[in-house]
Formats: sequence, C-alpha cells, structure tokens
Amino acid sequence: MARVLLHMKKTAAPGEIVEVKLLISHPMESGQRKDETGQMVKRNIIHSFRCTYNGAEVLRLDLHPAIAANPYLAFSLRAEKSGTVEMRWVDDEGAEGSASAPLEVG
Amino acid sequence: MRRLLLLGAALLLTSAAADKHSGYVDASPAVQAMQDDDTANPGMLWVEQGRALWEQPVGGKSCASCHGAPAAMRGVAARYPRFAGRPISLPEQVNQCRTARQGAPALPEEGDEMLALTALIGLQSRGMPVAVDASGPAQAALEQGRALFEQRMGQLNLSCAQCHDGLAGQRLGGSRVPQGHPNGYPEYRLEWQGMGSLDRRLRGCMTGVRAEPFPPGSPELAALEFYLGWRANGLLVETPAVRP
Repeated sequence: MARVLLHMKKTAAPGEIVEVKLLISHPMESGQRKDETGQMVKRNIIHSFRCTYNGAEVLRLDLHPAIAANPYLAFSLRAEKSGTVEMRWVDDEGAEGSASAPLEVG
Repeated sequence: MRRLLLLGAALLLTSAAADKHSGYVDASPAVQAMQDDDTANPGMLWVEQGRALWEQPVGGKSCASCHGAPAAMRGVAARYPRFAGRPISLPEQVNQCRTARQGAPALPEEGDEMLALTALIGLQSRGMPVAVDASGPAQAALEQGRALFEQRMGQLNLSCAQCHDGLAGQRLGGSRVPQGHPNGYPEYRLEWQGMGSLDRRLRGCMTGVRAEPFPPGSPELAALEFYLGWRANGLLVETPAVRP
C-alpha cells in the first residue's frame, strides 16, 4: 500500500497556523502479541518522529506501544517564511521513513 | 386497548423496514469522524496503492489501458455482486479481468493488492445508492442467499437474521449490533488494524457463532453476499468505510 499520505496546505499567509496531517502505513506491532505458534511477536513500532520547518525542529515525538497500526498524526505549525516542512521517523527495525512538502508563505 | 396494541405492532413492523441504515450510524462518533475525513481515513492508504496499480501494466496491459481513468468506474461497485449465471463479486470480477484480459495470475482475495484495487473502484461509487439487480434468473440465487441468512448455524445455533434483523441496534460488548449491510467494502476495521473484504467479515461472524465458515469461492458464500448486497439496495456506498 501507499507508504504515507501527507496533507498540508501549499500556501499560507505570514503568521498563519497551518495544520499538518499525516497517515503512515505501519503495523505498529506492540510486542505483546503471540503468533500462531505461541511465540511472542517482536515489537516493531515507530518510536521516534521529528518534524523540521526550514531546518529548525518544530516537533519531536517519542511514540510508545498501544498506538494503533497505520498511525495518524495531526499537528499545527506557524507559517513564517517559504520553505520545506520535513518529517522523519524510525521504527524498532531501524527502517526510516520520511515525508516532506513545500510551504509558500506570502 | 387491543386496537392500540395492533397499531403499535404495525408501527414496529413498518419502522423496522423504514429504518434501514448503514453500519456508519451504529458506529461511535470517533469512528464516524475517521471515515468522514479522507486525510484521517486509513483506507485511503489502500486507495492510493490502488491508483498506482491501476496504471501498472501486467501482461502488457494495465487496468487503465482498457478502462481509462479510475473515474470511468463510477457506479460500477454499486451494482456488485452482479448476476451472470451466478453471483459474481467485485474481487472475482477483478480477477476475471486479470486472468482473461491481462493474462496475469489471479490476485489473492485478501491480499493488499486486491483490497487496494477494489477500494479504488469502490471509492468511485461513493455516495451512490447500492443497486444490486436480483430480477429474473437471479431470483434463485437470491432465495438461496436469503435462506442461508435465515438458517441457524454453528454451536451457538444462531442465524445472521437473528442478530442483524432481530437484535440490530442493541449492544454486543462495546458496540451496537449493526444491520449488517455491506455498503462500505472493502473496509478498514479497527479490530483488524487493517483493510478487509466482505468474505473476511463473514468468516469473522461465522467463527463467532462457532460455525465452520463457507470456503472462499463457494456458491454458498456467493449467494449470501448477493443477498446481502440486494438487502442493502438504496443505502449509499461508503467505500472505504471505517468500522470498529
């Protein structure tokens, strides 16, 4: 399936609050389930997430088990000047994901 | 007094028929909000995958080579399952296209690729009324489906109708028992933490009453799905729906 769906407006007025909505396709395996053979399934969740706006960090998250599969993250930031909003995350298996979108301010 | 009782009984009967509604109505406001907002609906992950698959050639031809843009599929999913000698479900139709026209192997019905394609096709009919045609020669299949819907099964000895006609609206565990209309498949279920087909949903119900589920591709399953589709006629397609 699609890896990630990012929704954010493309242009904003200076000072405007912009909502960022992100759907990430990920199993978010909690590490507390057993498979058919009774073995524990190894935990594999996205454990850290970081968003930067023009290189400056605007949001950092530590995620924990008990967040459902295919997590939905929504947050807002203040548009200051034109640039790029960039998101990066990493899961327990070390797989990294990213998404980014340009934001034009003016 | 007796007249009042009769009137009450008549009202109950008519309201049961008039109050046909989608499982959306029985879902919690949080689940409804997830379905309403395409940016929050996880089913859209599969729809996006479906868009990529639609354009991707298999055996020299893509879906788009014959059908054009996905929008050309508007109204199609609302008519499925359709009757052509026997009831044919939408996933089965996609596989017929693949094997007969594209010369490609059939997709597994519960795989992400099939769910993605049927979600994309279903989305094109979103907001249109379900319109399954069970006239003429389809009557026999419809009656077979109805009989299966009303047949007690499993160790709990329950029929589909006992819960989804008789007890719909009451609570089972934390959720309201829905009327069991398949107007949003494939759908994203929180219980599954993923997307699933109507086949999977029926398997879940049948193992729930401790019956042996009808095997995939069996005439019983096809007839039951055909009846369910017809029973949902008039409800709006919600694919990709979100349910608890």
